[in-house]
Amino acid sequence: MATAAVAAALPPNAYAAHSSGRWGMRLLIVTESSFFAYLLFSYFYLGSMASTWPPGGPPALTIAAPDTVILLFSSVTLWWAEKGIERGVQARLRAGLLITFVLGAVFLVLQGVEWSQKTFTPQTSAYGSLYFTVTGFHGAHVAAGLLMNLVVQFWAWRGFFSAKRHELVSNAALYWHFVDAVWIAVFTSLYLIPRLT
Amino acid sequence: MATVVAASDAPRAQLTEIWETPRGLLGTLTSVDHKTIGKRYLVTAIAFFIIGGLEAAVMRAQLVHSNMHLVSPEAYNQLFTMHGVTMIFLFASPVLSGFSNYLWPLMIGARDMAFPRVNALSYWTFLLAGIFLYSSFLVGQAPDGGWFAYVPMTARAYSPGLNIDFYTLGLIYLGMSTTIGAVNFIATFFTVRAPGMSLNRVPIILWGTLTVSFLIVFFMPSLTVASIFLYLDRTIGTHFFDPANGGHPLLWQHLFWIFGHPWVYIVVLPAMGLASDMIPTFCRRPLAGYTFVALATIATGVVGSGVWIHHMFATGLPPMAMSFFSGASMTVTIPSGVSIVAWLATMWYGRPVFKVPFLFMIGFIILFVIGGVNGVMTAPVPFDLQLTDTYFIVAHIHYVLLGINVFPVFGALYYWLPKMTGRMLSERLGRWVFWLMFIGMNLAFFPMHITGMLGMPRRIYTYPSGMGWDAANLISTVGAYVFAVGVLLFLVDLVRSLRVGPLAGNNPWDAPTLEWSTTSPPPPYNFAVLPTVRSRYPLWEDRLHDGATSIVDQGPVLDDGRETIGTSALDADPMAVIHMPADSAWPLLLALALTVVFYALLAVSWTWTAIGFLLVFICLAGWLSPSRIARAGGGT
Repeated sequence: MATAAVAAALPPNAYAAHSSGRWGMRLLIVTESSFFAYLLFSYFYLGSMASTWPPGGPPALTIAAPDTVILLFSSVTLWWAEKGIERGVQARLRAGLLITFVLGAVFLVLQGVEWSQKTFTPQTSAYGSLYFTVTGFHGAHVAAGLLMNLVVQFWAWRGFFSAKRHELVSNAALYWHFVDAVWIAVFTSLYLIPRLT
Repeated sequence: MATVVAASDAPRAQLTEIWETPRGLLGTLTSVDHKTIGKRYLVTAIAFFIIGGLEAAVMRAQLVHSNMHLVSPEAYNQLFTMHGVTMIFLFASPVLSGFSNYLWPLMIGARDMAFPRVNALSYWTFLLAGIFLYSSFLVGQAPDGGWFAYVPMTARAYSPGLNIDFYTLGLIYLGMSTTIGAVNFIATFFTVRAPGMSLNRVPIILWGTLTVSFLIVFFMPSLTVASIFLYLDRTIGTHFFDPANGGHPLLWQHLFWIFGHPWVYIVVLPAMGLASDMIPTFCRRPLAGYTFVALATIATGVVGSGVWIHHMFATGLPPMAMSFFSGASMTVTIPSGVSIVAWLATMWYGRPVFKVPFLFMIGFIILFVIGGVNGVMTAPVPFDLQLTDTYFIVAHIHYVLLGINVFPVFGALYYWLPKMTGRMLSERLGRWVFWLMFIGMNLAFFPMHITGMLGMPRRIYTYPSGMGWDAANLISTVGAYVFAVGVLLFLVDLVRSLRVGPLAGNNPWDAPTLEWSTTSPPPPYNFAVLPTVRSRYPLWEDRLHDGATSIVDQGPVLDDGRETIGTSALDADPMAVIHMPADSAWPLLLALALTVVFYALLAVSWTWTAIGFLLVFICLAGWLSPSRIARAGGGT
């Protein structure tokens, strides 16, 4: 009876950290993380059987290192945008989303440049297959994050979000941070660990 | 604002108007009602069960005698592959999703699942992925590499047709459907249980489905990665599985079984949950050791996810690794044993009523024990090396899958169909169905232990005479057809029940859980007033005398729109009124767009793939369109 009375007094409240939408995004991230874990498992598994891995020595850091910094910085700008809308500052949300989009796009372009400079292709060897598949799937996730950013921006410029109501911004931001975190794992596995040996 | 009223005073007409899906084609295609989706899952899964059964019937006809040539070797390969793929992926798991979709909101006192539209998406993608896989028969190139499709046999060089491309793409698509469903179950479990339904009060089926949903979220991607690799190897010439260029065929086996062994638990744990919820009703007492059964469910999931190597004992792995996985595999028997003891104790201390669903429960326990014993026999490496790839393994997998999946499912159909249709099935016909299925199953599969030990390899399309296999194969074939008659009789009973079955009433079995407190079939809004739960068996409180007082006859109505109560994850304290989405065409449109992508990938047409992805993006943007955002804001 007491519980029923409490339930009767509840406010309509669809936007909170425990909302179902947030659960959906968290679980999407868990399953996508597993996906990348299996990709990297395959990379290390085939590496453990090869005599030389990577076949042509560790990949160069000339583009990848600055690209990493750019992607990580884009997480900071998005965080800044989200904190802005939490206080109701529309301008910070819009500016932050825009800067994040540009940084993410620059990351993809630079990765395209790095791909074009590779002396091997996915058909050259299992290493080539893995290199392009792993970075390719990560790139596809960056692209998906950028599309999400576009959609959120479209609504942000039309003033749909407020300090109280911005769950979509938070969910898109969570996804973007996840894409960045995956890059740290990919960068460490493909670029840094081969240098340790 | 929600107000507390008595169930008799609830504005039922208004609730019906809010929740009812309109009749007609548009309503059919846009419904997000979990009951509709649950029934669709059940009907579709059983249709696939019948198709897979017909494939088995052809195989058993082929094997009835030595030197038979009813079908060609190529056709036989496609038959056993599609039989396995169908039963494992298109029946065993989706049929359980059907029960969970239908029952969860009713059992936990909610108006719908946490994500009603996502729920519709998971059904449409399941249906279309199934159709995608079966469309391979139209071009005569159905998957033919066995349900686990080992490379290099399935590499382009040895399998040049589209067969394996249907397989890899179909499983990726189906995996998406399964994952979408799993996410929905997890979110539902943790957000919309009725006020007071704390973790220690949920029916066991919720523990089963929750555990497997986590397994799906963690392990399904392994199959996806394997399938993507194989697709790329076959279409654009990558070298993931090609040892001549740094790849390795065993990578496929690892990735497949990392997913594949948890999948065995995915298709049995919810079925064991169904059993744990049915057995107390027919034993007229609470389940013995509820906490142990719940923990055993989770423990089986955890241990079961670390035993995949036992499928690969014959591949020349280091002995240390094999010993570890052999030991781990035997450990799985402990939580399984706990559950069996709990069911037997419930029967021993109860007063069993031998209705049809309970017969299926007894059959299930017997088959579970046999399937467990012949499984654990192959856990030690030396024994496995003798029997792997023989009919002994075929016997084991069928005792497990028929025993722990099909028998609980048919028991559950007899138990819960009256809730779904409002009409009872026949006790008399039901007994025939049970005995035909039980005897047929044992006749068909017990002799396979023998043929396996006599050395008959699995997957051969025919065999010479004089091997000593003829008699056992004849018995197996007869058993398979007896089983099929049982299934046919069930369908007869179902049709009869829908036409002339006696009305079920709210609670025909005098069962204890919430779904039996509402009408049969339930109204579109499930409950006129949302219940408050104080015990595991809300409808038995007056006779259990444990002082619990759940409230099912009064509570909040929530008639301002599609709403249900959001509660906290552990104690189910009420937190918020959650606004639920209305019927929508986007789930079906998105599923169709995805289907375009997969057919484009099958044709290796990058233009059409890009068009497909564009359609997917449009559907996603439409799904989350601004008007919905504004509306979902409610009063704010």
